Amino acid sequence: MRCEDVSPLMPALVDGPEVPNIAVQRHVETCLRCQAELARYRRMLRGLHDLRTRYVEPAPESLDETLAALAESSERNPVLSILSGRRLAYAGAIGVAAVLVARNRRKSLRLAG
Amino acid sequence: MEQAELVGAAREGDRQAFEELVRRTYVDTFTLACRLTGNQEDAGDVVQDTYLRAWRGIGRFRGEAQFSTWLYRITANAAATHVHKRYRHRTEPLDELNEPTELHPGAQPDVAAESAEMLDKLAAAVAGLPPKLRALVVLKDVYGLPHEEIAEELGITVAAAKVRLHRARRRLRDVLYEQGEEAHAV
Repeated sequence: MRCEDVSPLMPALVDGPEVPNIAVQRHVETCLRCQAELARYRRMLRGLHDLRTRYVEPAPESLDETLAALAESSERNPVLSILSGRRLAYAGAIGVAAVLVARNRRKSLRLAG
Repeated sequence: MEQAELVGAAREGDRQAFEELVRRTYVDTFTLACRLTGNQEDAGDVVQDTYLRAWRGIGRFRGEAQFSTWLYRITANAAATHVHKRYRHRTEPLDELNEPTELHPGAQPDVAAESAEMLDKLAAAVAGLPPKLRALVVLKDVYGLPHEEIAEELGITVAAAKVRLHRARRRLRDVLYEQGEEAHAV
């Protein structure tokens, strides 16, 4: 096992091997060059993790524009808006129940006739 | 009002409650959209689309995941759609499109100057990645979403998600450490 063989595996190795590869592990344990490379990837991942709480401030008008778009969308689709969220699920369930009842009634009438 | 109460009210169709959720999560969602698109202009469009989708779909939010994680997934999907639409008529493969843009981070008083400089370099390197690779590194390494969820939102297989992530990490590593700044890049 040589450094050149291990190098392409580094981006995955930094998470810990999914399936342990003994030959790769042994090489890294004894190779300072590969240990340094793995340390670079680990530092990079720590930095990426830190970006999570490094917020980008939006333009001041950005939030208002989004809220306006939301209001406009609700006005354009008032029925959808009224039926948004769980209400839509209730309406859907009532609709399905009505169809089933109607179908059963038709079947009963046919049998009776 | 607690976030869980607001989510409950929004699920019942209370738009004001949803608007309050928008206010509380806006900077976080905008930041993710910036990281995914690489620039603030596109991020604004993605955020708007994200909240419109979230409002239409809030009834399907069951609360198994955190509300913020649910929003991240919608943002990831909206950003992927936006990037795809934007570059549909271009001839370059999407993997190779590069739009490095300077992101202006908000003030973080608790971050030391040296650390801030390091994170600036890293953020710029991420913004310089091709969109498809950038999405993976942002969603997995910055926001910690599992491969399965990322793959679902991006419409790719888990195996493809892993391959892209490793390619993205390799590119970031090359950008950060092959500019003669090995000791200080990150």
